[in-house]
Amino acid sequence: MLWEIDVHPRQGLPDREAEKVAALAAELGIAEKLVVCTARGFLVEGPSLDQAQVDRLAAELFGDAMVESTVAATVADKCLQTPPNGSGTLLHVLLKPGVMDNVARSAEMAARDFGLSVDAVRTLRKYWIHGASEQQIQEIGSRILANDAIEQFVVGPLPFDRLQFGSEYQFELKTTQLSGLDDQGLRQLSLQGQLYLQLAEMQTIQQYFAELGREPTDIELETIAQTWSEHCSHKTLAGRIAYRDERGERQFDNMLKETIFDATMQLRDRWGDDDWCVSVFKDNAGIVLFDDHNNLAFKVETHNHPSALEPYGGANTGIGGVIRDTIGTGMGAKPICNTDIFCFAPPCTPSDSLPPGVLNPKQVMHGVVGGVRDYGNRMGIPTVNGAVYFDERYLGNPLVYCGNVGLIPKEMSFKEPKPGDLIVSVGGRTGRDGIHGATFSSAELTSESESLSGGAVQIGNAIEEKKVLDVLLTIRDRGLYTAITDCGAGGFSSAVGEMGEEIGAEVWLDRAPVKYDGLSYTEIWISEAQERMVISVPEANWEELRDLCAAESVEATVIGKFEPTGRLVLKYKDQVVADLTMDLLHNGRPPVIREATYQPAPVVPIVSTAKENYTDDLKQILGSYNVASKEWIVRQYDHEVQGGSVIKPLVGINSDGPGDAAVVRPVLDSRRGVVISCGMNPRYGEFDTYHMAASAIDEALRNCVAVGGDPSRVAILDNFCWGDCEKSETLGSLVRAALACHDLSLVLETPFISGKDSLNNEFSYFDESGTKQTIAIPSTLLISAMGQVEDVSRCVTMDFKAEGNLLYLVGTTKDELGGSHFTLVNHLEGGQVPTVDAELAKQTFASLHGAIHQGLVASCHDLSEGGLAVAAAEMAFAGGLGAQIDLSALPVDDTSLSTESRLFSESNTRFLCEVTPEHADAFEKQLAGIPVACVGQTNATAQLVVKESADNNSLIDAHIDELKEAWQKPLNW
Amino acid sequence: MSQPRILILRAPGTNCDAETAFAFEAAGGKPDVLHLNRLLESPQLATDYQILCIPGGFSYGDDVAAGRIFANQIRHHLADAMQEFRAAGKLVLGICNGFQVLIKSGLLDADDAHGPSASLAWNQSHRYIDRWVDLQASGANCVFLAGIENLTLPIAHAEGQFVARDEATLDRLEEAGQLVLRYTADSNPNGSARDVAGMSDASGRVFGLMPHPERFIDPTHHPQWTRMPVGKEGAGLKLFRNAVGYFS
Repeated sequence: MLWEIDVHPRQGLPDREAEKVAALAAELGIAEKLVVCTARGFLVEGPSLDQAQVDRLAAELFGDAMVESTVAATVADKCLQTPPNGSGTLLHVLLKPGVMDNVARSAEMAARDFGLSVDAVRTLRKYWIHGASEQQIQEIGSRILANDAIEQFVVGPLPFDRLQFGSEYQFELKTTQLSGLDDQGLRQLSLQGQLYLQLAEMQTIQQYFAELGREPTDIELETIAQTWSEHCSHKTLAGRIAYRDERGERQFDNMLKETIFDATMQLRDRWGDDDWCVSVFKDNAGIVLFDDHNNLAFKVETHNHPSALEPYGGANTGIGGVIRDTIGTGMGAKPICNTDIFCFAPPCTPSDSLPPGVLNPKQVMHGVVGGVRDYGNRMGIPTVNGAVYFDERYLGNPLVYCGNVGLIPKEMSFKEPKPGDLIVSVGGRTGRDGIHGATFSSAELTSESESLSGGAVQIGNAIEEKKVLDVLLTIRDRGLYTAITDCGAGGFSSAVGEMGEEIGAEVWLDRAPVKYDGLSYTEIWISEAQERMVISVPEANWEELRDLCAAESVEATVIGKFEPTGRLVLKYKDQVVADLTMDLLHNGRPPVIREATYQPAPVVPIVSTAKENYTDDLKQILGSYNVASKEWIVRQYDHEVQGGSVIKPLVGINSDGPGDAAVVRPVLDSRRGVVISCGMNPRYGEFDTYHMAASAIDEALRNCVAVGGDPSRVAILDNFCWGDCEKSETLGSLVRAALACHDLSLVLETPFISGKDSLNNEFSYFDESGTKQTIAIPSTLLISAMGQVEDVSRCVTMDFKAEGNLLYLVGTTKDELGGSHFTLVNHLEGGQVPTVDAELAKQTFASLHGAIHQGLVASCHDLSEGGLAVAAAEMAFAGGLGAQIDLSALPVDDTSLSTESRLFSESNTRFLCEVTPEHADAFEKQLAGIPVACVGQTNATAQLVVKESADNNSLIDAHIDELKEAWQKPLNW
Repeated sequence: MSQPRILILRAPGTNCDAETAFAFEAAGGKPDVLHLNRLLESPQLATDYQILCIPGGFSYGDDVAAGRIFANQIRHHLADAMQEFRAAGKLVLGICNGFQVLIKSGLLDADDAHGPSASLAWNQSHRYIDRWVDLQASGANCVFLAGIENLTLPIAHAEGQFVARDEATLDRLEEAGQLVLRYTADSNPNGSARDVAGMSDASGRVFGLMPHPERFIDPTHHPQWTRMPVGKEGAGLKLFRNAVGYFS
């Protein structure tokens, strides 16, 4: 019997979900003033359930009588369809079959705990909508209520009376004919099979099987496609590139290795015995030294394509995935904090201007933030750092960067699976979710992606991952396994393939626990179902490990064995379904050879007229989306769990000022801290991606230094999100950025320890005239920095502390308004993009760190978007104090520098520091040799006044409350 | 009596167990973190301890409702063990998710013929929120709040709005001295009835609160610590000292 229990808001209490739907319908221009009622529903199936039992479940499990009322009946009962307020069309929204329904799984377990016989539970949401036409109902269903990638909606009564969960799988070995296919045939097979392999690669595979004298099985093709995918092998950037720019030509055999990795290797050589890198560019995350007992692991990943289709699930599994990266690093790290950076189209983009297949950016933003919130918070990992950038070109292709830091005991930093070890899957079950994620993320998005690749989108289950983490740390410390890795893109295929690369492996696919019947052997192998880790376990340890997992309700299953054969053998019920050499998978891919060119745009002077007053410009920059307060996001994240919070994302007298970087203390009885910050400047890439990359590195470092991080112990990560790199100019702009990474890293002595790229971030659609349009994202390089601080009590924040203190500007201001927010809000073009003097930057960071460490600095803020004016305004309103600043005192490289540049130039390596009068001499002495000058003073007026010099008229004169309001308003949702 | 032993009970999804154990240890107690499955297998394990603490997190994902599934497990399987624990004059503390569990399991205020009389519902903003709040304690009766009048602590929750069946229930709890911890009037983050941030049972030995005292053990936890002289410890520690001190 199938029962349904509906949970309604109690009469007289607000129906928040209904209010949200009505507001969205109005906002999207579908219908005004709708009357909506909602309920949460639970379908409960059990052969012997009766009304009394279901009523008990309604009262004691599903509803809370204090705030809710319930209706319980068999599913066809009319009472379930009765509109709570008298009228309205009923819509049901359900997860599509096969999509993870976490609440249903928990509810099932909880219902059985009542001693009732319950077969299955499924959740749904119900909406009664009054005042909408049939067509409007359809539109509300498809655009607001149900995301087609994971959900379906049903108008009227539910069309089923029992819950179905798959049917039994009938084994049938499938092979694909490769022999005899011409180039066209190979191309077509690659595309239709969603393999996304290039012709040369298809030819290599054809050749391999021709030599074996047989055709490949479907699972063999899938395995090769996954291993060779851009997502897993980074074949473009680690490939051969012929690069040409204005300085000449350069040939790379492996571009990443010869630029970014090379700088790190040189630094490690240079440091010799003082090398503090532990494991770089080989494991799931990079590892560096931390204290006497622990190392730190750090990784940032992207989850762009899934987030474009289903923002909540995409971001949810993005953060879940990167957490598994650190858990799967070395012998397993304990995650200690998250960092999340997003790029969206402006949330004010009108809905009627969206190309087909594109979700409204505001909805995308809500979904992405919700996805990160729900996963990070549930995992109990503080999300401490982040940034959000806006640009129209992220419309069809938003970017979601998720990062995680882990703490790992020193002696656990390396792993090595042994021949004869069992291959054990730990955690979630395998389902049909996420099929083709690895190959999909390497493909260009189109307006049809939603229907073609729906299987690549999924929902995470944070509690499953938390359970896995809890038990893994226990079994790690007992030394029961020899290696661990995560199941990410490519699922078992990727995890087992990587782990067994040096040995060989045999996998028994029918033994993998599945969520429901009907999965084929190939689906089991390539499924990207979440929350699974793979470990290699010596046979002697298996029983103890299995029991420990069972004690915490975590499933552990032997699915194979690492056999010293050098082959990957896959079996389904004793039948061999794949037999490939590891050598083919890992070394057989033909090299990708690409051309890359770059021509920097010539510098064109900015044409603007000087103004008498720049207060409005300042307010506009403060209110621009990139600069504006992100408090709406920050407060939804638990940034204090684990009890080590030192510098929070929002600081100041009212905890609402923008901190430069977060500091956490991962070991509760120690004073040593970890600093997390980032830098990103997509706008500078329009001018020169070299300077964009250099600026991003400088920004990430100065954020770190501004709170007290030691600049000689900062490790950084690169995450390249670029457009289609088959275009030589697009690839050229990336190579140029990588060259900057190399150069800056060497001079600053700041090593890259890991990185990741996401290419093909382009969105195509057909416009009204039937012409294909493509939107490529701006070249976007995220630099994430992980610094360290010896004693967190030396850290400083950016809010002004007291009246009468001196304000020092550290660093040289130049005519560098190109790509600045001043030009953005004034719609100006041209200018010189900010550059970095790396030698001077290194000295500046070291000197300033010394001053902070000695306690000479009361507050410190880095100068970034909006330059000096924005930094001063933020420090003033965060501290609730006023200030006067004289522009004539600024250290400049050219005394004729314009007022606009002095106020708003975004020149790198600059800080505004507040110093008490008694520390002024010591501060100046400490910064000897660095461009620095006293440019003003704090006061109790609550007014920010900026003048050319003391006796001139004010260029900026505003109350700090006004400035704060301008800054808080745009994203105060 | 020597060092009291604290049972920190974690369920799948509990995530504040480590820092809560650290706080009890800093207060001089001897904490053990134990999986709920162990206590369900052997409820008598609780008799080895003087203090039971259910820490924060998302037990069972907060699926269906925050703390509900954990609370039902207590109702179904641990009711006797809990009764015995309380009857022995021992202490029970629920923080955040732990408070949600305690209130939904009937350990703070016993059900009457109509079921439970108070609960924790979704925040009025219908949103998860992490911020610091100012609190006032009126806990003459509550062991954990002895000597505490004002307190600043962080909250981090989505379902922390204290609700009661009706005004009469609120009056009854108020008169019984059970509404022991409140947000200051302009600090109520979630719309809680009568600004309630925490409540105790009638004995004052069972206490649940939404704010996180274990997140204010170190002076550098305070959001404005860079604006003030750095003290020796965070104000949240006092609450754990009170609990440990009760047995010393």
